[in-house]
Amino acid sequence: MTGKVKGITVEEWKNRLECEKCYDLISELFDRIKKSRLNAYITLCEDEALKQAEKYDSGKVEGRLSGIPVAVKDCISTKGVRTTCGSKMLENYVPPFDAHVVERLKQEGAIIIGKTNMDEFAMGTTTETSYFGVVRNPYDEERVAGGSSGGSGACLGGGEAVLALGSDTGGSIRCPASFCGVAGLKPTYGLVSRYGLIPYANSLEQIGPMACCVRDVAVLLEVIAGKDERDSTNAGRGFKFENRYENHSFRIGIVKEMGGNEDVTGRFEEVAELIREMGYEVGEVSMPSFKYALAAYYIIATGEASSNLARYDGVRYGFALEELDSWTRYFSKVRALGFGDEVKRRIMLGTYALSAGYYGKYYLKALKVRTLVKRDFERAFSNFDLLISPTMPALPFKVGELTDPLTMYKMDVNTVPVNMAGIPAMSLPVGLVRGLPVGLQIMGNHFGEEKIISFALKVEERVKEAF
Amino acid sequence: MLTIDDVYKIAELAKIEITKEEAEKFQKELMSIVDYFNVLDEVEEDVEPTFHVLPLKNVFRDDVPKESLSREEVLANAKHKENGYFKGPKIVE
Repeated sequence: MTGKVKGITVEEWKNRLECEKCYDLISELFDRIKKSRLNAYITLCEDEALKQAEKYDSGKVEGRLSGIPVAVKDCISTKGVRTTCGSKMLENYVPPFDAHVVERLKQEGAIIIGKTNMDEFAMGTTTETSYFGVVRNPYDEERVAGGSSGGSGACLGGGEAVLALGSDTGGSIRCPASFCGVAGLKPTYGLVSRYGLIPYANSLEQIGPMACCVRDVAVLLEVIAGKDERDSTNAGRGFKFENRYENHSFRIGIVKEMGGNEDVTGRFEEVAELIREMGYEVGEVSMPSFKYALAAYYIIATGEASSNLARYDGVRYGFALEELDSWTRYFSKVRALGFGDEVKRRIMLGTYALSAGYYGKYYLKALKVRTLVKRDFERAFSNFDLLISPTMPALPFKVGELTDPLTMYKMDVNTVPVNMAGIPAMSLPVGLVRGLPVGLQIMGNHFGEEKIISFALKVEERVKEAF
Repeated sequence: MLTIDDVYKIAELAKIEITKEEAEKFQKELMSIVDYFNVLDEVEEDVEPTFHVLPLKNVFRDDVPKESLSREEVLANAKHKENGYFKGPKIVE
């Protein structure tokens, strides 16, 4: 780590809480955020957070996260705190209820300090599509923090929060984790309730934990995972990390089809060698369906988006015009003015792919590819405990570097197969290359979070010594 | 092939008003993306589609009334309202 950039772990924060007032620490955090150029937050919850800190200081707060400052991605509903989804469409939207995960944070005594910046409706890989401006990378402010949970990544990397929630539809937790040098986990589909998550593509997305070390990711996952009948796709099971695989002889598979440019593959090969030196078996596995996974992903995601975002009609909530008009004119105008270009593009792509005459060619075909992707993973997990790849195919981009939408989509090539299959995957920081963070993606089988985290703890320790 | 007329048609279905400049820009961008989607034509293996990754079926809960949001809370985010109702645009002209 460079001298300037410093993330804060739960342990470090708790050590300071031993001898300092929570109120002072939280005030200091807000000072840092306000002076920061990262633009990681859309809305700050300063009054409420300071009140919570005072309560903590008077010994009135209990729970596993008591006194810990947590940032929440702005697509996750917070009662009484505006939730914009990074869009003009929801610029003034104030949810009347908390998301399941926010209820859980509050129950455990966490201090919610703010809502983090993100690509509009989580559609992007750089947080450049946010209505509230781009998020800058804590390691180089001329570069992006990744997306779509760019604010959650940057606030951790920049020491502006201790824990953060992100959401991941096709890599939106893992990409900013990789770019900002922090750890982030996309849980198994169904492990964390999506109740209160403003939807983009329901069958692909999950809320997940982000933090400055693997142990903290595990703690936050324990808090947010669990049964919730308000999400009918919830798997109804919780998560408790027991480090059951501490002495396991992991068999690790390198996915041949997931790569990147020389910057990241160079480091990836060094890490793979390190894993071999640790005494683990490392092999290679080929996933032929991945050639089609990215196209299939974008068809499924945009199809679901086109249907989901039909709710923004300027009537019940969200951006509205001064005067009501005829239904078609009003609806079309609200959406023309309320959505940004990337959202319009994806709604239109999805509308096209689902329209009469193209359903079989695109949507149904994509769902068949999804089956093939699932099967490739099943086959791989019969030979390996975990699979690894670079999280992103490149180092963090310069702000404004990626202008063509398709080029941007292709940056998700290593992350989307995971969402297609609904398996869990973590991005673990593996040091810097040319002063910029690189992430290692660790994929596990359904509900294999325990294995991923046990392995990640081991690698994390070795990586710290090595790079 | 995606024509300008196709783009207007899609935008109409999606209920997004677009200008001529936007239509031209979207045509170019959507074309290149849809071209990329055509890689799926190579896939010959016919398998069952996966709509959903978890083997969940018919998730029910007991039909017990629960507290819901108040009318005030429900209407709080709406710009156009009247007598405790949402006010929407005219459906029939």
